[in-house]
Amino acid sequence: MSVRTEMPIAPAETVPSLGMVMAEAQHRPPDPARDRAGGEVLLSVENVSLSFGGVRAISDVSFDIRKGEIRAIIGPNGAGKTSMLNVINGFYFPQQGAITFKGEKRREMRPYFAATSGISRTFQNVALFKGMSTLDNMMAGRTLKMRRGLFWQALRVGPAMAEEIRHREVVERLIDFLEIQHIRKVPVGKLPYGLQKRVELGRALAMEPELLLLDEPMAGMNLEEKEDMSRFVLTINQSLGTTIALIEHDMGVVMDLSDRVVVLEYGRKIADGTPDEVKSNPKVIDAYLGVSH
Amino acid sequence: MLYRETGQFKTSYTADMGIFPLRQDRNALLVLLAFAFVGVPLLAHFHIWPFGSEYLLRAILLPFLILSLAAIGVNILIGFCGQISLGSGAFMAVGAYMAYKFGTGMPEIGLPALPVLVSILLGGVCSALVGILFGIPSLRIKGLYLAVATLAAQFFFDWVFLRVAWFTNYAPSGSVSAPELSFFGWVVNEPVERYLLCLMFVTVFALIAKNLVRGNIGRQWMAIRDMDIAAELMGIRPFIAKLSAFAVSSFIVGVAGALWAFVYLGAWEPLAFSIDRSLQLLFMVIIGGLGSILGSFLGAGFILIVPIMLNLIPSELGVPLSTETISHLEFIIFGSLICFLLIKEPHGFARLVTLMKEKLRLWPFPY
Repeated sequence: MSVRTEMPIAPAETVPSLGMVMAEAQHRPPDPARDRAGGEVLLSVENVSLSFGGVRAISDVSFDIRKGEIRAIIGPNGAGKTSMLNVINGFYFPQQGAITFKGEKRREMRPYFAATSGISRTFQNVALFKGMSTLDNMMAGRTLKMRRGLFWQALRVGPAMAEEIRHREVVERLIDFLEIQHIRKVPVGKLPYGLQKRVELGRALAMEPELLLLDEPMAGMNLEEKEDMSRFVLTINQSLGTTIALIEHDMGVVMDLSDRVVVLEYGRKIADGTPDEVKSNPKVIDAYLGVSH
Repeated sequence: MLYRETGQFKTSYTADMGIFPLRQDRNALLVLLAFAFVGVPLLAHFHIWPFGSEYLLRAILLPFLILSLAAIGVNILIGFCGQISLGSGAFMAVGAYMAYKFGTGMPEIGLPALPVLVSILLGGVCSALVGILFGIPSLRIKGLYLAVATLAAQFFFDWVFLRVAWFTNYAPSGSVSAPELSFFGWVVNEPVERYLLCLMFVTVFALIAKNLVRGNIGRQWMAIRDMDIAAELMGIRPFIAKLSAFAVSSFIVGVAGALWAFVYLGAWEPLAFSIDRSLQLLFMVIIGGLGSILGSFLGAGFILIVPIMLNLIPSELGVPLSTETISHLEFIIFGSLICFLLIKEPHGFARLVTLMKEKLRLWPFPY
């Protein structure tokens, strides 16, 4: 049986438990037969330009993300990486270009449309809901999947309660996977940074995304935390089949995790290819190390 | 030692998601409710201290209950959804006057006088609609600017109910009195009955509010409050979340307004719902605890009881103070208490209660 199916949506008894799938996936070697770089295109960005007043954040960038791959976006500070993610999930509207997601071409994304069609993300500086507990944060990620109206929620019986419990189960499995059981009911504002990053990943996963955008998931972490996070990213990619776009500054992590890398500098694309190709590209070396004149 | 979760295992999500997961909390609430529903009426019936006279019931408990209800409504909007509103007084007024109109009938459109319960709830519905209308600016503006926009509601409705005679059934004095409070044959008249009526309303609405804030819609409100951009990117629509908070909040505030007019005041004029009322409610939720249903009760209690205590204590101690001095003293002490509280505990009394519970859990071996 292939485990590269969509993430189990409740009811729980009909699907293998997410925790089990994930535990199994962790011990399974990556499938060599799968041609990750040759899969179908999930999202493509064509000739996107974005400027704020006179500042050009992105100029004429095109690249694509294929289904099932881990795609890294790298570049020096201010290269427009985060702006690119913001364009992809509809927070910024580019002045030119088009974005095609799952075959549907649009001039610009809208946040609600992006969320409903399966794009979720984490943020560079953690954007959790500080006053809410870990559990509530992750449950908030399920909000699009919850259907009961105000009336049933006010009574909190019958269908509303059943719905609440069903989604709680899914969230609990994610909590198990991310190993954050002990902070389930702690307000996230009180958590240390590393755990906050993990909760944020959990919240994004609770949306059961097809495309997960991770904005510097390992920034400010120590080695062990980075290892944990890398393990999570790989497991999510392999066992749930979630396509991942990743911004990261730690080159070791980027080269190890990603299938393909796109390099931006000053809002322009300067390289695109496998980690090895990118690593040996003279333009990339210049961008990172500087050019001697 | 007495208060801890040791040995209380949750075997279902239903049990874990209860309002009070701890047995001790549940028991305490049951005792409190039993006292409120049975104990107080009994004491009042037999005139046992402190219910010897009707003063406590009529002048303290009744306004406490109704203002707690209003504070719950305001807290949903300000504390849970983070939309500062200064129009609460206006929403109370809309609830009160529309309930009055429904309760006395509108012959212009052939609407007969409706039963009191229906008119109170319809008053709440009208208030909710007005709330949605005045909540629309919140989609564009935030924080203090929104407060100013809702302040417009306050002044607008002050004017409307003073000048548009239709709302007061063309009463020459501008003052109106409530219709007979008859609920399915139960005519509410005595202070004890009024108290019980309000208690029922408050219990039901507090439960509804608690259910909403810990359900999906409540998480959406809090998400908008804490990080609106992230919320939007997760598929929470600010339009729906903010306006539903305005609607639910104004509905509860409107019902509280109708109760305030019908049950507490009996006869009233627009001044009863002036800007002072809005500010009073705002202080209640800030002092009681933003984002906490319990805080609404604590805040209402504090704001109501402190002035009364300040009046009573000097006379009890035998210190002769002139009325003028007392009222000045009231302002001084009240103001400095609020400042002190905001600095020491910005999350209000509700946070103090949480801290106390945390301490109590470890007591007497806090290691």
